[in-house]
Amino acid sequence: MTRLQARGLSKRFGSRVAVRDVSFELDPGAVLAIIGPNGAGKTTLLSMLAGGLAPSAGELRVPAEGGVGWVPQQTAVYSKLSVAENLRLFARLERVADVEAAVAGMLDQAGLRERADEPVGRLSGGNRQRVNIAIGLIADPSVLLLDEPSSALDPRQRARLWEFILTRVAGGTSVAFATHDIAEAERYAGQLLVLADGEMLFAGPPQGLRGAEHGSDLERAFVAFLAERGH
Amino acid sequence: MGLALRALLAKDLRILGRSPALAALLIIYPIAIALLIGLALSSSPALPRVAFLNEIPPDQATVQLGRESINTTTYERRLFQAIQPVPVATRAQAIADVRSGATIAALIIPAELPQELASASQTAYVDVIYNNNAVNQSLVEQAIESKLAQANAALAAQLSRVADSYIDLLLKGGNLNFLGSTYKILGLVRAHSLLQAITAELPPSSPVRPRVEQVESFAEVAVQHLGGSKAVIGAVAEPIGVKQEVLSGHRTPLNDYAVAVAVSVSLMFVCILLASGMLALEREEGTLARLRRGLVPAGLLLGAKALLAAIVGFAVSFAMLAGIGIFVPLDWARVGLWIASIAVGSVAFATLGVAMGAIVRDLRAASLLALFVSLPLVFLALVPSAAVSSALFDAIRIISAIFPFKPALEALDAAINQSQPSLLEALGHLAALIAGFGVVARLALRG
Ligand SMILES: Nc1ncnc2c1ncn2[C@@H]1O[C@H](COP(=O)(O)OP(=O)(O)OP(=O)(O)O)[C@@H](O)[C@H]1O
Ligand SMILES: [Mg+2]
Repeated sequence: MTRLQARGLSKRFGSRVAVRDVSFELDPGAVLAIIGPNGAGKTTLLSMLAGGLAPSAGELRVPAEGGVGWVPQQTAVYSKLSVAENLRLFARLERVADVEAAVAGMLDQAGLRERADEPVGRLSGGNRQRVNIAIGLIADPSVLLLDEPSSALDPRQRARLWEFILTRVAGGTSVAFATHDIAEAERYAGQLLVLADGEMLFAGPPQGLRGAEHGSDLERAFVAFLAERGH
Repeated sequence: MGLALRALLAKDLRILGRSPALAALLIIYPIAIALLIGLALSSSPALPRVAFLNEIPPDQATVQLGRESINTTTYERRLFQAIQPVPVATRAQAIADVRSGATIAALIIPAELPQELASASQTAYVDVIYNNNAVNQSLVEQAIESKLAQANAALAAQLSRVADSYIDLLLKGGNLNFLGSTYKILGLVRAHSLLQAITAELPPSSPVRPRVEQVESFAEVAVQHLGGSKAVIGAVAEPIGVKQEVLSGHRTPLNDYAVAVAVSVSLMFVCILLASGMLALEREEGTLARLRRGLVPAGLLLGAKALLAAIVGFAVSFAMLAGIGIFVPLDWARVGLWIASIAVGSVAFATLGVAMGAIVRDLRAASLLALFVSLPLVFLALVPSAAVSSALFDAIRIISAIFPFKPALEALDAAINQSQPSLLEALGHLAALIAGFGVVARLALRG
């Protein structure tokens, strides 16, 4: 297995630069948290990594095998189709070997077995997000990209999600996720990537961001870190 | 590839099936519009309502002109092809109807008409009364004038036949019935030969001879030239022929053309609305980005949407054509050509639809764009060349040629009615447009 590599990635929307010159590497089995204020470029960066958005500049190398799973920030599901139909469609398009087994597994994982035949449009926001996540996970990809996956989930489902992700990580899956929950980043990520106004301000282990002067609270350290740099 | 295509098609059909309002709108709306346009094209405008009073007593309706008899009711019937007569009892009522607007004009055949016609020396008149609405007036004027001109021409022909018979009598002699008495007419030809015989018998020195010779040569000249005068009378009776020329377009009767228009309009709406709408919906749900990231190639995605729209559009339009076939006689031997033209037309409209869906961001914008583009195309394609200036018509022709409506209509018209231009030409045109809009759609989806 090779690693995910980004070198000098940039994205321009007209005159606005959403992501500027971002480089990092992600080893198999590594977990990267992307944090930064609203509008920092997290979604833009993850979309480029997922292949949904073409970079304006830079180079991107994605592991050839296993594919990339993507959980977008805005739920991307067919609201007229049922939960099971959504999962089945994407399992087919992803060429999953045993479609029905994958669908059943994801229904259990998302805790939506009872609501499998309901149109997604009729689910609650959190349950819709569960389907959104399940679609990203269904093909058991070797790189998993999640954009604020847990923001709409209840604590129990959040724990179940991370439990599931960590078993995949143990199997060599690399994960990059964006979040505003600094505790979540600290708990699960071995690496942090701090974005602000499209610029990569920091890349490294969480301890490196904390520094000596800010004590043990990573959230406060993060806010102070941004403030020192004018954000 | 086939697997992904099937999965996408099945998914979209399922979504369509679960959006009954959308599906109904997509199918009922185009059919309603198509039927309205078809009806508007096929039904002639209503005849103007005209109060009608015939003052001629029924027993005097036939006028005797020499040996010819003319029945005025024949002309009455001819007139009724151009107007919708509203019978009235009196002249006063006819005028009141026009005043009140119940009729836009009144037409009165005076009691004296047969006598005036019979006298042949004075012009016979009918009375036409208008209200002061210029549009209505010109409408009725045209209708009545054209029919009166026909009646006049027929009358003139009959009068000239009467004149011919008098001239023949004058030339060749015979019996003339006049006011109950019969007169024997010698005839100029015989008069001339009698005079010749008399001159031959007169002695050369006879003093009467030069005078008889004068009369004889007059008779000779009269015989020669009266024969020619028949031709002159015939020419006067012959009305100026109306030379008709269809400047552009089809030689299909309007009813059959309306069928082609109605079917192509419904085909266009279903295909464009569905293709653009389903693609825009994909973007609106956010699933487009999911599909686009390597899961489904852009060409396949566009193709699947176009195929779905084309299949539904084909089904709706073919069902509509078959339904029309119940009421309008269609040549079912040509059903293969119908299928070919509807199929190619549906793909062309669907390709235009996906191009629109790729350009816009959401469902509502897609539907609006589809309507804004489609409706003017229908009207542009139906503008007759004679109605606008040639420069404008050239512009219209170019616009019509770069969108599929006109060629699809031509293909359908050719398939249903065997009209010009040929089916193959129209299908070739459509194929070129499919390629062109396919490229547009592909480029638009990239952005
Ligand atoms: N399609 C687009 N067109 C124009 N500008 C865009 C587009 N998508 C994102 N942007 C801009 O790019 C910048 C980064 O947006 P992005 O969504 O990546 O931020 P984010 O870090 O994910 O924010 P949040 O925490 O609110 O999700 C923002 O200024 C945003 O307005
Ligand atoms: Mg975001």
